[in-house]
Amino acid sequence: MSQRFVHIWFPHLMTDWFAIRRPELRNTAFVLAAPDHGRMMITAASAVAQWQGISAGMAVADARAVHPSLQVIDDIPGQAAKLLDALGKWCIRFTPVTAADLPDGLILDASGCAHLWGGERPYLEDITMRLKIAGYHVHAAMADTIGAAWAVSHFVKEIITIIPAGAQREALLPLPPAALRLEPAVTERLLKLGLHHIGSFIGMQRAALRRRFGTEMLLRLDQATGMERETMLPLEPVEPYQERLPCLEPILTRKGIEIALERLLNTLCQRLQQEGKGLRTATLSCYRMDGKVEQAVIGTNRASHHVTHLFKLFELKINEIRPDPGIELFVLEAPKVEEVTNSQETLWRDAAVMEDSGLAELLDRLSAKAAKDGIRRYLPDEHHWPERSIRLATSLGEKPAIPWRSDRPRPIRLLDQPEPVIVSAPIPDYPPMLFVYKGVVHHIKKADGPERIEREWWLDPGEHRDYYYVEDENGRRYWIFRSGHYDVDNPKAWFIHGFFA
Amino acid sequence: MRGSKADIIAQLQRDILSLQGFRSTAKSTAADLGLGPIKHAFPNATFPTDAVHEFLSTAPEHSAATAGFISGLLGRLMQNNGACLWIGTARSLFPPALKVFGIEPDQVIFVTMERERDVLWAMEEALKCKGLAAVVAEIKELSFMASRRLQLAVEQSNVTGFIIRHQPRYTGVNACVSRWQITPLPSELEAGMPGIGFPRWQVALLKIRNGRPGVWPVEWSGDRCQLLTAHIMQPDHQKRLRV
Repeated sequence: MSQRFVHIWFPHLMTDWFAIRRPELRNTAFVLAAPDHGRMMITAASAVAQWQGISAGMAVADARAVHPSLQVIDDIPGQAAKLLDALGKWCIRFTPVTAADLPDGLILDASGCAHLWGGERPYLEDITMRLKIAGYHVHAAMADTIGAAWAVSHFVKEIITIIPAGAQREALLPLPPAALRLEPAVTERLLKLGLHHIGSFIGMQRAALRRRFGTEMLLRLDQATGMERETMLPLEPVEPYQERLPCLEPILTRKGIEIALERLLNTLCQRLQQEGKGLRTATLSCYRMDGKVEQAVIGTNRASHHVTHLFKLFELKINEIRPDPGIELFVLEAPKVEEVTNSQETLWRDAAVMEDSGLAELLDRLSAKAAKDGIRRYLPDEHHWPERSIRLATSLGEKPAIPWRSDRPRPIRLLDQPEPVIVSAPIPDYPPMLFVYKGVVHHIKKADGPERIEREWWLDPGEHRDYYYVEDENGRRYWIFRSGHYDVDNPKAWFIHGFFA
Repeated sequence: MRGSKADIIAQLQRDILSLQGFRSTAKSTAADLGLGPIKHAFPNATFPTDAVHEFLSTAPEHSAATAGFISGLLGRLMQNNGACLWIGTARSLFPPALKVFGIEPDQVIFVTMERERDVLWAMEEALKCKGLAAVVAEIKELSFMASRRLQLAVEQSNVTGFIIRHQPRYTGVNACVSRWQITPLPSELEAGMPGIGFPRWQVALLKIRNGRPGVWPVEWSGDRCQLLTAHIMQPDHQKRLRV
């Protein structure tokens, strides 16, 4: 299939942007200037200023001499790149592959897109009209190659130019050599030799051209005519699993979003199912009329291509999408896709519940509202230190590598942080007689311990803990510990760390 | 003759239960939850597994005892390799301790929600999931409407629901099938033995639909609840445990 590229040239990119932000500047002569070697040099001139003979590259003082009431505004370095990036992303509504062409252009890969707008001319008309309404001066051209589109957009006076497929060579013939994106020195040499049109040297022997103007020129020539392939760097990398749904009328209602989502999910899941894959994360991007993008992201615990389940996950997030002026394009992407392990029909329901898809789907739904890292499963870890004796399971199916221990008493409720208690412990290495926790005195009637748990010095320094399992007069059972050895002169702190059943 | 009379009485009792709106499911007859004599308090002498049970706790020590008692029940419910969801706003349960109550701690999935209403929503969603053995939620308040939603969810899936209410402000009517209060009791050891014995609790069944409430002192002896005294205390209304 032949490729079609669109090049959009913004002749007054930066000044247009300033005029949009400050409407009083519209239709006035003003320039942007930046200091260069101690002088203020003009970096961009507005359309009116340019018409009066002021152009980029002049010194501000010279321009003032020509036009004394000229307004000079400080240029913002790097703003053009940012602006092109934003414009390029906005253009994603016309084609998924857009690239910025610094300093003042955009390249769109329009292959197979134009028919959605009813042809190439309506397509370009739509683009240019929208940009014009926004306040930009544009020249757009469509051709088989990026080089030809660039040349035509810059050197043909019309706002819209369409070079029919395969006709780029003829279109280039009357254009000046600068249209080939050559080095200024090469262009100058061509002009000096009287080669004012591409047509006057395109037929020359390649060897002669190479000898006089270098390989760079041949490359540019080939790129423009389509003999050489030219690559572009898309602003947004294209996801291999992506579905798009443009809307004729802007979508405003929840129901509308749901219908769009369901359609996208249906097509995407059908494709995933055919390839035996399922998605782990999916992003729904809604392109709004005013250029903003609303996004909803979901994740699943297991790769899934189950439409109703995925729809339910998105349903919880639809409320966060604000369609204020209306949504004109929905894009559903699946950045993370994995092989689906086809579930086997189980004969006994109780076999491996953790592998149950119903449970995985439930957890997907819960994770939409749960706190950060809100869904956890624990496995035993090879540490005695209570806080480190468990670790998080990485997946639902993970099995414990070592058995759970039950030989030592462990409290069923553990405090996040041990809380200090006041104790009366007259006998060394005996459990205390009483302890005070939150202002309540607990007389210890029965006790078990001590169980000494050493700190792992290679992980963190500090005192060991001597744990006691104690019961007070009311039968309430606690886990308390002394941090460090018993010392009469220098009593060590005691802490409560948990409650037993 | 006597046998036939007992049969007739049992049949009549079942009839009365069905007239009272009690529906038994085939599944709920299967499980013996190690409750021993407490089970006679339930309709048909079986623990209602397709229902939501409410537990009140007024202090952290009581909530530990409550968690222990529930874990004992869960250990039986999860015997067939089932999974369990434990939902709350903050995690305080220490998984290794569950092993003592017969639970594989890695079969419990802990879910932490930011708000209480999300906990209730999560519980409702979980109760609809047939693959689970049980769902435990820790919340403070439970309105009548919320409890009824949970009960409706449970009736379709036969998943057992437990709700632990920490220091609740209102303990009005709700649609839970039972209301319990578990408080710790001093443990006992054989004379002269050091240390601490098996955990003991006072299990108060404050409310049970179609059953008889009661208070029992029990001991968790490794794998089942053992009644400490044969005498079953009937609670009277004046001395009902204040919450």
